[in-house]
Amino acid sequence: MNRRCFFKNTLAPAFAAVLSLISFQAMADEKVVKVGVLHSLSGTMAISETVLKDTALMTFDEINAKGGVMGYKIEPVVVDPASNWPLFAEKARQLLTQDKVAVVFGCWTSVSRKSVLPVFEELNGLLFYPVQYEGEELSKNVFYTGAAPNQQAIPAVEYLMSKEGGGAKRFFLLGTDYVYPRTTNKILRAFLHAKGVADKDIAEVYTPFGHTDYQTIVGNIKEFAAGGKTAVISTINGDSNVPFYKELGNQGLKATDVPVVAFSVGEEELRGVDTKPLVGHLAAWNYFMSLKNPTNDAFKKEWAAYAKAKNLSSASKPLTDDPMEATYIGIHMWKQAVEKAKSFDTDKVIAAMAGQQFKAPSGFVAEMDMKNHHLHKPVFVGEIKADGQFTVVWKSKGPVKAQPWSPFIPGNDKKKDEPEGKTKL
Amino acid sequence: MTRLYGYRGWCVIGLFATVLFVVFPVTNLAVPEASPFHLSEFWVTLIGKIMCYAIVAVAMDLIWGYAGILSLGHGLFFALGGYAMGMHLMREIGSEGQYRSNLPDFMVFLDWKALPWHWWNSEHFWWAALLVVLVPGLLALVFGYFAFRSRIRGVYFSIITQALTFAAMLLFFRNETGFGGNNGFTDFKRILGFTVYTPQTRMALFAITGAALIGTLLLGRYLVTSKFGRVLEAVRDSEQRIMFCGYNTLHYKLFIWTLSAVLCGIAGALYVPQVGIINPSEMSPANSIEIAIWVAVGGRGTLIGPILGAGLVNGAKSFFTQAFPEYWLYVLGLLFILVTLFLPRGVMGLFSAPAGEKPRRWSLKKAAS
Amino acid sequence: MRARRGMTPARGARSIRALLIIVLGVLLSVAARPAAALDAALVDTLIFGESDDKPAVVDALVQSGDPKAQRLLEALSNGSVQTSGKRVLIVNGDSAIDAVSGETVSPLPADLEDVVVNNRLRLELGTAVAALKLGSLDRDARLAAAKELADGADQSMLPLVKRALEKESDAAVRRVLERIEASLDLKATDKDVRLAAVRRLGESSDASAKTLLLGLLERNAAGEYAEPDEEVRRLAQQGVRAVDSRLAWGERVGLLFAGISLGSILLLAALGLAITYGLMGVINMAHGELIMIGAYATYVVQSVFKARFPGHFDAYLVLAVPVAFIVSACVGMILERAVIRFLYGGPLETLLATWGISLTLIQGVRTLFGAQNVQVENPSFMSGGIQLMSNVVLPWNRIVIIFFALAVLAGMGLLLSRTRLGLFVRGVTQNRAMAACVGVPTRRVDTWAFGLGSGIAGLAGCALSQIGNVGPELGQSYIVDSFMVVVLGGVGQLAGTVYAAIGLGFGNKILESWSGAVLAKIAVLIFIIVFIQKRPQGLFALKGRAVDA
Repeated sequence: MNRRCFFKNTLAPAFAAVLSLISFQAMADEKVVKVGVLHSLSGTMAISETVLKDTALMTFDEINAKGGVMGYKIEPVVVDPASNWPLFAEKARQLLTQDKVAVVFGCWTSVSRKSVLPVFEELNGLLFYPVQYEGEELSKNVFYTGAAPNQQAIPAVEYLMSKEGGGAKRFFLLGTDYVYPRTTNKILRAFLHAKGVADKDIAEVYTPFGHTDYQTIVGNIKEFAAGGKTAVISTINGDSNVPFYKELGNQGLKATDVPVVAFSVGEEELRGVDTKPLVGHLAAWNYFMSLKNPTNDAFKKEWAAYAKAKNLSSASKPLTDDPMEATYIGIHMWKQAVEKAKSFDTDKVIAAMAGQQFKAPSGFVAEMDMKNHHLHKPVFVGEIKADGQFTVVWKSKGPVKAQPWSPFIPGNDKKKDEPEGKTKL
Repeated sequence: MTRLYGYRGWCVIGLFATVLFVVFPVTNLAVPEASPFHLSEFWVTLIGKIMCYAIVAVAMDLIWGYAGILSLGHGLFFALGGYAMGMHLMREIGSEGQYRSNLPDFMVFLDWKALPWHWWNSEHFWWAALLVVLVPGLLALVFGYFAFRSRIRGVYFSIITQALTFAAMLLFFRNETGFGGNNGFTDFKRILGFTVYTPQTRMALFAITGAALIGTLLLGRYLVTSKFGRVLEAVRDSEQRIMFCGYNTLHYKLFIWTLSAVLCGIAGALYVPQVGIINPSEMSPANSIEIAIWVAVGGRGTLIGPILGAGLVNGAKSFFTQAFPEYWLYVLGLLFILVTLFLPRGVMGLFSAPAGEKPRRWSLKKAAS
Repeated sequence: MRARRGMTPARGARSIRALLIIVLGVLLSVAARPAAALDAALVDTLIFGESDDKPAVVDALVQSGDPKAQRLLEALSNGSVQTSGKRVLIVNGDSAIDAVSGETVSPLPADLEDVVVNNRLRLELGTAVAALKLGSLDRDARLAAAKELADGADQSMLPLVKRALEKESDAAVRRVLERIEASLDLKATDKDVRLAAVRRLGESSDASAKTLLLGLLERNAAGEYAEPDEEVRRLAQQGVRAVDSRLAWGERVGLLFAGISLGSILLLAALGLAITYGLMGVINMAHGELIMIGAYATYVVQSVFKARFPGHFDAYLVLAVPVAFIVSACVGMILERAVIRFLYGGPLETLLATWGISLTLIQGVRTLFGAQNVQVENPSFMSGGIQLMSNVVLPWNRIVIIFFALAVLAGMGLLLSRTRLGLFVRGVTQNRAMAACVGVPTRRVDTWAFGLGSGIAGLAGCALSQIGNVGPELGQSYIVDSFMVVVLGGVGQLAGTVYAAIGLGFGNKILESWSGAVLAKIAVLIFIIVFIQKRPQGLFALKGRAVDA
């Protein structure tokens, strides 16, 4: 009894004290700025997000080697929210209040972003979000460096409808059951209606997360395709794409019969797939590793060298993809904004971000919109090659401005193209 | 009073209450931010969250440590309570959501024109509070009645509780079910008229959670030190024998099972406004297994042990995901293995073993199930 | 992308001119033609020109009748054409052939670039090459060509098809050509010809026949039918119904197969668990991770083969099976010795400890192999499938897995009933104390049995690597299912596991075809919960005084 009370009375406070001491590390060194990296390193999302953490660290090293940001060395604070959404919010709060970071680069799924959003807005933090998403959000404290639907989904569908893309008349919208596919499909349905495609020529099917058995669904696709030239628009989430593609390949559904365009499949996702039966299927992004331009060559080289130096498991076959490029662009733009604003203060940096330009590995100059916190990005539609890379079969003439409030969703015409409560400098 | 705890026990509880209700609020609200004694929001929310987990752990100890029923699906009741409260909080957002509509955002983008039937009356707090208690309670009652009546025990019972929570998780992940699908409920603005994210509201929620924890502890202690508790332990140790003595074990098990579920529901309801989000992954089988881990680490059958266990494990998780983000799973995994192997009575076993006697390692039948 | 002018790809529009030329081309290609250089301008347009001009060029090349043209078109659709500056080369391993002149170019120039071939061009090329091949001497090539043409058949091809039919003797090729002829005849001006065509299509069991017949029944904006004649329309309706009913049979077969396939996978995953839990009372929450380890072992074997023996790549699977078994069995036995043996008698303790082990194993694999999925290629004999009916393709990999599961089951059964180890395992399961008295080394039998169960999990992992992802979280998706199968089937007997697995596989697939994947899964879980209430010991249970678990 005695010992028990004693331990209970001292254990908890002692634990707390130790924890707070560790996080109160005195910043007595020379000029250093702390920057947060909020990506899942374990759990279901680790597959996608770990590589973004590494990309961020690589970019920090690159910037530090060139003298840092305004002379300050970047000190990354990496935390693992473990694909657990409440933990995302907790870690975000920790980064902002305990570690007092100047900016956070992170999140992948919309749930994670939505769970940290209130924290960033409450504490006036700054988040850079590098993944393509469904739009329908615009926060003063977030910069979205990934594609909005009009920079990815809509151009892809237009391509499929064109002669070049096979002249599809019927569309099979297949996705995982969560907000990104739901919203994207809603937008696409409205878009297809506007182009004269009737509801009977549109099928919308959702599968749960982690679904692996696509036999029935591929059968349904074949049946649907009997009614006319069909294209499949896949918003299947990362992992489940592999069994889907395998089933497609094995059941003999070739890309010339029924092309499949995916929005969540990049070079990294194809790493675990035998791509020979998939030749001709498509993806739409703002960047492909196979793009040939000097900026991309340098980017790829830098990544390969970094992966080798840090002995990353992907070093044997280093791949770069769109979210990595978006992370890269985001970090550089933040640096430029800080140097323009001559301060790390969130509001000043937010104001200085407007109009920032950066020569991106996509070969175009990515530009941050003056008002809506999204990047102007070029759109590429690529076909899968046998070696897992993409051949670009269509590209936009130049960077496309993002429309976070899609005009195809009713009520969005009343939305402003800039976040609420934005401070102006 | 003395039956529940001795003099020393009450001292400890008193101290705990003082820290919770006096020290924390003062250092958080009254002490200015610049001062080194200021307790930041981060700690308030973290400890509030851990206290909610502690309530769940005590509830789990009641059924596992004292009645011998291992449930691997208790996270379901926690999440249901959370969803009930979450529904109300979503209604409280009013028309300040993204779409400026009276309906929650996720319904707008699913093109629904009206609230589904299960959202009826959710704008009233008292209804939400009622649901918090009724929904987990009723589900537990029905499930428990059929399960205990069929004399399902031990591992089978654990596995079907897993099936139950897994099925519920799949159901809630569906957007058509009307609970926000994978996005769940988030972006809360107000509760009972108070803005959710001000320090004062946070501290109030914190204090209420603390009170709930103490209340749960006392309630649990009251139950297990009564005759009811004796019967429960007998059910745990040898159900057949107590049945032959004439007790209807179904009633006892059902009661403690339902009570445990209701406590979890209340914990969930307190959890959601503090954490700011609820999503179906709270119902995942892994979460429920973790609850059992907290109780095992802390010490089954002690009521205080699980509180310690919940605190230790979650505190370790918080710490290690920041300090060693690449390796924290190793630490956690090893922790479970070592505790099960070497501390069969949990951390509390370290303190209460009589001096001189090493706790027996591979104790078999007695501590089993 | 901006909408192009005239976006509706009217097939007739481009083809009337173009494919008449194909007819000529076939005729001309039959006659011997001296080998001359290809028209460089055509080749240039084909490779570097505007996409809209390419179909015409393809046809012109076919018309030229030059075998070099055929070679270029084939190479282009295979993806073996590359350019060096303005030179167009057909690359074959280390050397290349200049597409225009035909001369060999070796060594390869340094600045080779791929040619972009998109789906539209690929379709054109496929049709063109098929038309060229219709006159080939090889029967298989003709059959493939005919099938290819069926996809892109067009009105102007009719004389060509008719002529090919006259000369064709092989029955299979004739069938395909007749179908093409019927589909083209649908547009004939003579009503009787159309009637005959509709009748012929109605007898087919092909989904494309249904598409064509439906096309006749479509109404345009003014409300007029595409097919003017009433009688033809009526016949078309009947035809559609007939084809539908035949297709429905295909779907049923497909469903049956899918159910068996899913059942076999569940069986493999759950069999190991049935042994460790059923025979030993150990709840192994790390079972999923043992499956994952088997899958990764397969990956490692595959990588070794890829690096060292690329010529015999297909054989990697044969070696991977025993390797996966041994690796998982070893891991399992180590776990048993180090952790689990101390926890016998406390199934709930083993549950918690093995959960900790599973976390450690997942993180271990993540550290060793990375958090991303790893690529496991199917050997060639596992790719593709058997085309059973027009709308039913049974993939080879699933067929192989079904047989593999049966083999494993048979092996297990034999092991348990015919070998000494099996005898000991059964003895220890039924009454440990007595078995020990009789002299069975119970501790060692425990280890071996656990190793056996883990090894089977490894085999399951090997099989799963062929149909899905291989990543650190592979096991997590199968653990709940495995437990459901074991609990439903009842512990102590393997027969229960088999029936439960097959039953759940079927149930899941049938429900899925009605209500979608999620609701099917939920329904299956609810069913299990209710079933266990009614029959707590599962489908098949050990008779006698079962010790309370």
